[in-house]
Amino acid sequence: MDLHLSESESAFQAEAWAWLAANVPAEPLPSLDTPDGFRLHQEWEARLAAARWSVVSWPAAYHGRDASLVEWVVFEEEYYRAGAPLRVSQNGIFLLAPIIFEHGTPEQQDRFLPTMATGERIWAQCWSEPEAGSDLASLRSTARRDDARGGWVLNGQKIWCSRAALAHWGFGLFRSDPEAQKHAGLTYFLFPLDADGVTVRPIAQLDGEAGFAEVFFDDVFVPDADVLGAPGDGWRVAMSTAGNERGLSLRSPGRFTAAADRLLALYDERPDPRVADRVVDAWLKAEAYRLYTWGTVTRLREGGDIGAAGSVNKVWWSELDVALHETALDLLGADAELASAWLDGYTFSLSGPIYAGTNEIQRNIIAERILGLPREPKGAQR
Amino acid sequence: MRFELTTDQQDFAGSLEALLAAADTVAVARAWAAGDHAPGLRLWQRLADQGVTALLVPEDADGMGATPVELAVAFEALGRHAVPGPWVEAAAYLATELSGEARAAVAAGRVVTVAVPPHTPYALDADAAEIVYLAGSDGVRTASAGEPRTSVDRTRRLFPVTPGPVHDTADRAQEAFDLAVLATSAQLLGAGERVLADAVTYVKQRKQFGREIGSYQAIKHKLADVRIALDFARPLVSGAALDPTPRAVSAAKVACSDAAYLASRTGLQVHGAIGYTEEFDLSIWITRIRALVTAWGTPAFHRARILETLRSA
Repeated sequence: MDLHLSESESAFQAEAWAWLAANVPAEPLPSLDTPDGFRLHQEWEARLAAARWSVVSWPAAYHGRDASLVEWVVFEEEYYRAGAPLRVSQNGIFLLAPIIFEHGTPEQQDRFLPTMATGERIWAQCWSEPEAGSDLASLRSTARRDDARGGWVLNGQKIWCSRAALAHWGFGLFRSDPEAQKHAGLTYFLFPLDADGVTVRPIAQLDGEAGFAEVFFDDVFVPDADVLGAPGDGWRVAMSTAGNERGLSLRSPGRFTAAADRLLALYDERPDPRVADRVVDAWLKAEAYRLYTWGTVTRLREGGDIGAAGSVNKVWWSELDVALHETALDLLGADAELASAWLDGYTFSLSGPIYAGTNEIQRNIIAERILGLPREPKGAQR
Repeated sequence: MRFELTTDQQDFAGSLEALLAAADTVAVARAWAAGDHAPGLRLWQRLADQGVTALLVPEDADGMGATPVELAVAFEALGRHAVPGPWVEAAAYLATELSGEARAAVAAGRVVTVAVPPHTPYALDADAAEIVYLAGSDGVRTASAGEPRTSVDRTRRLFPVTPGPVHDTADRAQEAFDLAVLATSAQLLGAGERVLADAVTYVKQRKQFGREIGSYQAIKHKLADVRIALDFARPLVSGAALDPTPRAVSAAKVACSDAAYLASRTGLQVHGAIGYTEEFDLSIWITRIRALVTAWGTPAFHRARILETLRSA
């Protein structure tokens, strides 16, 4: 058992740190959910991509560095330690790209990956529907076959589509076979958000910004070339993204270790012994998450998969994120309600226990798949 | 970078697990609580034969020359099986802080114990030990035990001590304390895992209102929270074992105390009244966890120590 980086991994770390130290904007960018902030974040993505830091684990052909999983985690730690901006392309890079690599055709890979890496095309995830939140398999939006035009016609409504207010393209599941069982008969589609028949209606979040949107589909045509994976296989295709989102890739430990360091600095400015234990707990939980991630990396590298452990991970980081920011606000005292980076981070953290499958759903998964407890009888709860 | 036990470490864990699973440790603990040390001392010797008391002693001093990782592996097993006796005191603290022949005797399996005020003011199980020590700022002394105090955990017999002459010491009191904290953390982790496993088994067979209580979401979510807490306490133990700094071992102790205590409260809650009885074996782990939460430094002490190291960094 060891935690040492190899020589090449250490060199990679040093190179990443040097570039970030020289290039991270001195002032935090405006929120990426505002038009100005969105544009500035896109420019940051382009700058990252030009130096091949936007998608380090991707092949060189798509602006990557073929970085290993260890190097990816190292990069993420340095990225957040350097105080670099949130990733406006994270839906694409972390949720869609793994699916395109696994299920996409070579043509789709060539067409979609480069502009994703450069931040030129930003992707919105369109998972939920008004009647299907955590119970994703109950979604109702339809895809009707159109053989004459060689594609599909989408109808229905998606909601809580993150980044959709400003993004360019979306990805989501549609029911392509109304006769099939709940999980079967779903197909995974990619579509431009300015296509004929698409209406995007931004929804202001509780911080007042339009971080997500409703998207309405009124006879929207999507060619076969923009179907990801086989028609009817959308559930299986999508589940690999859900695993990524809940597990390792969306919330790298660097986010929390860097935030814990900032919290300690805040404590030094405004020491309050009544809050001290919670400051320690925030640091300790971020440290636990950092070490836990190295265990996950080790298991993945040795052929394991994340599986239901991604649910353990998701509950932990999302609750840690809220606790960490709540603690900072308590240290700020009466100033806590004033607009600040801490307040932005707090508001953002509140979404963690809700999205990517609520933490209640995650606890069910942990109880049933890891602890082996019986499912609740049909009708009792689901 | 490989943050998982090596094959050798897994084999060591497996052999201890096999030994302890076959040793009826619950009966050993119950006898120990009643003042009958014989089964516990026989188990002590068998574990000493496996090297548990010699782990931290270098090979050139007749020890195993193992690392704190093996120490953590061993103490997790001791915690899982609620093995009674002054294990932390002997195999972690004294195996580090004593020197010379006294240390070699610990490695060979002599039963010894120690009081380390202020955090460990009483000598655990002094009535079962061949030698009782008292560690202070001037080193380690032999000591004589007074009248025992009653612990929440009846398998822990706590004795005030009166100091005797100064003994050979290695002047490694800080390191010894930190390794004792690490060992206690690992023991808490093992005890927490055991309570969770037993609770899961119980809620799968216990029925109320016509179905297994483990199918109710209220029960599931409580047990899921225990799984989460233990899963994130474990890497802190491993991290502290790789580099047992004061901050790292304190982090492990805080996380393991919180996780194991949550396990014990949840385990009791899902068992209901049967769990509240002395006769039911769960009581052994519930009281052990309560005692270990404050042994070798309270969570408040360890949190304060963490903050101090972070602020001076």
